[in-house]
Amino acid sequence: MSLLQIEGLGIDFGGLRAVNDVSFSLKAGEIVSVIGPNGAGKTTLFNMISGVYLPGRGKVMLDGEDVTRLSPHLLARRGLSRTFQNLQIFHAMTVLENAVVGHHLHERGNILADLLSLPASRRSSRESEESARRLLDRVGLGRAAEQEAGSLSYGALKRLEIARALALKPRVLLLDEPAAGCNAVETEEIDHLIAQMAAEGISILLVEHDMKMVMRISNHIVVLDHGEKIAEGEPAAIARNPRVIEAYLGAQATEANHADG
Amino acid sequence: MRLSSKTITLLGLAVVIAIAPVFFPSSFYYRVGSLIFVNGLAVTGLVILIGYAGQISLGHAGFAGIGAYACALAPVHFGLHPALAAVLGAVLSGIIAWLVGRPILRLKGYYLAVASLGFGVLVSMVLANEAAITGGPDGMAVEDPGLRGALKAIGIDLSNTEFWYAFSGLILVIGAWLALNLYHSPTGRALRALHGSEVAARAVGIDVAGYKLKAFVISAVYASVSGSLLALQNKFITPDVAGFMHSIEMVTMTVLGGAGSVIGAILGAAILTILPQILTVFQEYEQLLLGLVMMLVMIFMRDGLLPSIARRLRRGGE
Repeated sequence: MSLLQIEGLGIDFGGLRAVNDVSFSLKAGEIVSVIGPNGAGKTTLFNMISGVYLPGRGKVMLDGEDVTRLSPHLLARRGLSRTFQNLQIFHAMTVLENAVVGHHLHERGNILADLLSLPASRRSSRESEESARRLLDRVGLGRAAEQEAGSLSYGALKRLEIARALALKPRVLLLDEPAAGCNAVETEEIDHLIAQMAAEGISILLVEHDMKMVMRISNHIVVLDHGEKIAEGEPAAIARNPRVIEAYLGAQATEANHADG
Repeated sequence: MRLSSKTITLLGLAVVIAIAPVFFPSSFYYRVGSLIFVNGLAVTGLVILIGYAGQISLGHAGFAGIGAYACALAPVHFGLHPALAAVLGAVLSGIIAWLVGRPILRLKGYYLAVASLGFGVLVSMVLANEAAITGGPDGMAVEDPGLRGALKAIGIDLSNTEFWYAFSGLILVIGAWLALNLYHSPTGRALRALHGSEVAARAVGIDVAGYKLKAFVISAVYASVSGSLLALQNKFITPDVAGFMHSIEMVTMTVLGGAGSVIGAILGAAILTILPQILTVFQEYEQLLLGLVMMLVMIFMRDGLLPSIARRLRRGGE
């Protein structure tokens, strides 16, 4: 039984069919990657699934419930969260506070308790903070907890976004290019982290350009080109698929050759 | 025991308020002091709205007007005690802020600034034009709440200006305490998060429109209480309290000191309250001065006076 089911999803921007008739599904603890050339509609697809854009066509089913028209904060409440390709960090807050904010849905109390700093409010903050420190340790940012988030390196911010998303205790996590701009060591760390999260039962939907990483960790790959799904299957099958090679992998190989030459 | 920065800030504020009178050459300065506290209270509310949540209101004087005229009108028409009338004004302001903010804050962008501007103008026009009830532009008298008399009965005999200095100072410390509590609470973090990135705030489950509305309502209650305090200590009130210039003055005070910092904003309120008092030349050019201050802050110290100075000091120390 699939946890996340995408059925015939599509959206138009003006006259442009940005994404059209994309369907696939995601089981608990599975890693599914969406690949394709730039402009294929991967981030647009992510924005529709996570409620940032309203899809023009099709449905998003989460654990059997139609969640197509829900806004992002209501999706978060149902256990679906995401990270962003262009970092979305709370720059004016500390690294720790960024991770604490991820606990928002698990925090009790109300505005009156918060204004008066009642014990319930303080206890809730303390619990979030302890959990946030554990998560920061896990992504290797424990030592940076008190720093301003804006002072971290790009790769560290990518991991901070993952820690913040993990704080929600999500069932489905959408990662939009988590390794973009990271060096080889950082990429390997993120790679490891994703595998760990999946092993804990979190379903991961991944957009990533690092093909080595995608081939290594994905259970399943969906290939988009010009907004349409052109192939779907296990990594080994995708790597051999002629349409995929023509549309994407081949282009990558040619680019690589140019770079080498 | 290590004191938290919140405790140090509050203690510092309380000590300055308590010790300042030692240096007052005349009782006039108690009056200036209580004006600073009244403005400081409104500005502390705006720190929650502007500094925490990143939303702008250009009509907060409208809420000050509601608080002020509640103290003037409710005792006359409903026989309510003036202190209870201030509570009534605060509740009314909160409800109106909710009604105005709810449809507006669902929209993205700067609609709140425009809508609150309209609301502020509306309140001041009603107050100026409904002369039969409000006395029109000439204003109206406000009953004494009798709090000073109650203190006298238990043996604390303060002059009128001394009493209002102490009372406004106490309310300001309470207001600052609430705002600082909020900063490090789940609600305060949610507000600061949506200020930083609305999409990321939504992705972690924060109801962005709902939290903006909470910040707007709280800041409206602060402005209302500030208006009530002004009316009660002046024992007289005119529609100017709700005027557009007063709204602009509040925002300028907030950004001058540093919208993200409670103490910074109170400092901004102090500077812009004292300047026109000590330099009479500024009284004629007050509005021009406000515009100039606003521009200079935006150009040279976008975070405001206190955070900019603090950063410069930290850098100097390294």
